[in-house]
Amino acid sequence: MHPAIKVENLSKRYELGGGPPGGRTLAETLSATLGGVGRLFRRGPAATPTATGSREFWALRDVSFSVNPGEMIGVIGRNGAGKSTLLKVLSRIVQPTAGRAEVRGRMGSLLEVGTGFHPELSGRENVYLNGSILGMTRREITKKFDAIVAFAGVEQFLDTPVKRYSSGMYVRLAFAVAAHLEPEILIVDEVLAVGDQAFQQKCTQQMRSVGRGGRTVLFVSHNMPAVQNLCTRCVWLKGGRVMADGPAAEVIEAYNRDVADVGGAEVDLTSHRGRTPDSVVAMQRVRVMNDADGRSPAVPMRGTARIEVAFAHTEAISDVTLGVVVKDAYHLPIFGPNTKVTVCPTQPTPLKAGTITCRLPDLPLMPGTYPIDLYFGSRTHDFDVVYNAVELTVLPADVFGTGKLPPPNAGNICWPATWEIVGDVVENPPV
Amino acid sequence: MTEAEPASKADVPANDNLPVTVIEAESGLGLAILTDVWRFRELLLFLIWRDVKIRYKQTVVGVFWAVLQPVAVMGVMTFALGRVAGQPGAATPYWLFVLTGLVPWTFLSTAVSGAGMSVVANQQLVTKVYFPRVLLPLSAAGLAGVDFLVGCLVLAVAAPLAGGIEPGWHLLALPLAVGVLALVASGLGLLLAAVTVKYRDFRVVLPLLMQMWLFLTPAIYLQVPGGFGPVGEVIQMLNPAHGVIAAFRAAALGTAFDWAALASSAAVGVVVFAVGLWYFHKIERSFADVI
Repeated sequence: MHPAIKVENLSKRYELGGGPPGGRTLAETLSATLGGVGRLFRRGPAATPTATGSREFWALRDVSFSVNPGEMIGVIGRNGAGKSTLLKVLSRIVQPTAGRAEVRGRMGSLLEVGTGFHPELSGRENVYLNGSILGMTRREITKKFDAIVAFAGVEQFLDTPVKRYSSGMYVRLAFAVAAHLEPEILIVDEVLAVGDQAFQQKCTQQMRSVGRGGRTVLFVSHNMPAVQNLCTRCVWLKGGRVMADGPAAEVIEAYNRDVADVGGAEVDLTSHRGRTPDSVVAMQRVRVMNDADGRSPAVPMRGTARIEVAFAHTEAISDVTLGVVVKDAYHLPIFGPNTKVTVCPTQPTPLKAGTITCRLPDLPLMPGTYPIDLYFGSRTHDFDVVYNAVELTVLPADVFGTGKLPPPNAGNICWPATWEIVGDVVENPPV
Repeated sequence: MTEAEPASKADVPANDNLPVTVIEAESGLGLAILTDVWRFRELLLFLIWRDVKIRYKQTVVGVFWAVLQPVAVMGVMTFALGRVAGQPGAATPYWLFVLTGLVPWTFLSTAVSGAGMSVVANQQLVTKVYFPRVLLPLSAAGLAGVDFLVGCLVLAVAAPLAGGIEPGWHLLALPLAVGVLALVASGLGLLLAAVTVKYRDFRVVLPLLMQMWLFLTPAIYLQVPGGFGPVGEVIQMLNPAHGVIAAFRAAALGTAFDWAALASSAAVGVVVFAVGLWYFHKIERSFADVI
């Protein structure tokens, strides 16, 4: 049996800083050419190309691994490690700079649902269009049409334009089409983070049945519990290189340990992407760390997490308020204390700048990475809101004393339980 | 290299006979594009069908847009230019002369501008799904082709009715003219599609170029025979629209056929197609990076 996917020294280089995004403009090229010609007529040092600060960035560097048919492989790594780039290269959306990959069989890529959906077309028409874009033949789509519609649950709305669908219906229909692709190899990029709880379960089941059907699945996600649940093997990418490639549990553990080694999870908030448009920049920096040593960025289960936010504002605030919302991998909030609802010492004087520290004792979270939203302001209103400002990493710990932890798909919270087993008193023993 | 066992080896079918796709940094002339088009022909038809359906649903005029466009321009041209550009006493009335020029011209300009914008307009698709990118400019040309067929129907009705033209052997030359038309449209479309991705400001320049092209093709609107002088003659020879539009008209109406002009149009068309294909293929690999 040949490997389903064989990747050999795959590399992808991007050039940064060479002009505005979307390529150069004609105007620039013309003036550069004319400038070059002009230099021919002048005396002086040889013309050097204008240093537009063109830097190289290797999104993938010598990535090699091999996937056997029927395996479900998870690709994990921090943001910017090269996971999405790897998928894009394997999906042939982007060309590699060097190296090669061999893919045996038909490959279906799910990098986003609803690719090609047009709002003016009806649900029925969009199923055909989307299916065709994903690589199904018309005959195939017709054969699976009823199954797709049933999976999405939109039978009544098939002939209305998709622009009238609710966002939930839209997403369900889009995923339904994608879910019925039957390629030999399926590449999935965090598509599961859509829809409501019931639908997500349906999707996870679908992925699992695809895997059981002998198909090869390459799954990229930040959701460690999901990866551990679905995948037999994991490839860990860091800085475009393969750091580890082996059984899922081992690789995930190595990844978690690496995250813990990063000195100081401090994030600069002055120009953070997650800041809402009508926020004022008041929070400058945030640091998340283990309160026990005040240094390591990862916190063990049942430990205390410390979140320090440094702020600076143009006016003095007499009642500095901070809200911290801890979310799961699907960005659903788990808990969110703030200074208004918990006991909070009053501040001595109005402050223009300072640091506000939040301690979360006895963390009941399961091991994993949790994004945090920060809401900063005064008692009356929050004027600086940053979504996904920083991540809280929770490390496994032997909280029950048994050396075991609940399975990752049993939820984000690790809560203790006590048990009692009592036998039934048999009144009339059987003869 | 670690190998994990699949859940049940019996479930996994042997994969020796499956097609193998090799992914590596590409080079080459781009002739592979042509085989790609054949393999993805269903998707191409779907994309054209999508654009046609959207046009029906979005405009009040819908179907009639294909009729309205050349007829409206014909009306304006007859009114504005009839006395100056028309030849009184010619066998063909001016309005019919202009209409037979406008139907192929509308195809050319719609196909080329549509194709030019096609990749940028579909950037969502380009960055998320794999399919041969050449399908995008070709589907834009296909949409223009659908309009063209409707326009031809209008001509088929109008010519005998008002112009007294009868179908004859000259109609056999129509497929030839249409073939060259398609060649020029797709070649130029491919070239401009790639240029528009590489140089973003070209999007603004494109409509202006189309306008200029219209005026540089007097074959469309000038019935009075004009002596263009040597420079004019050279421009006519190099302008791929010139010969093919004149040929289309001659084939439709049965007037004198200018083989030399059609040949030069075809020659320019072949060159443009080759250049367009090569350039498109060269830029195509960086579409998703740049867009």
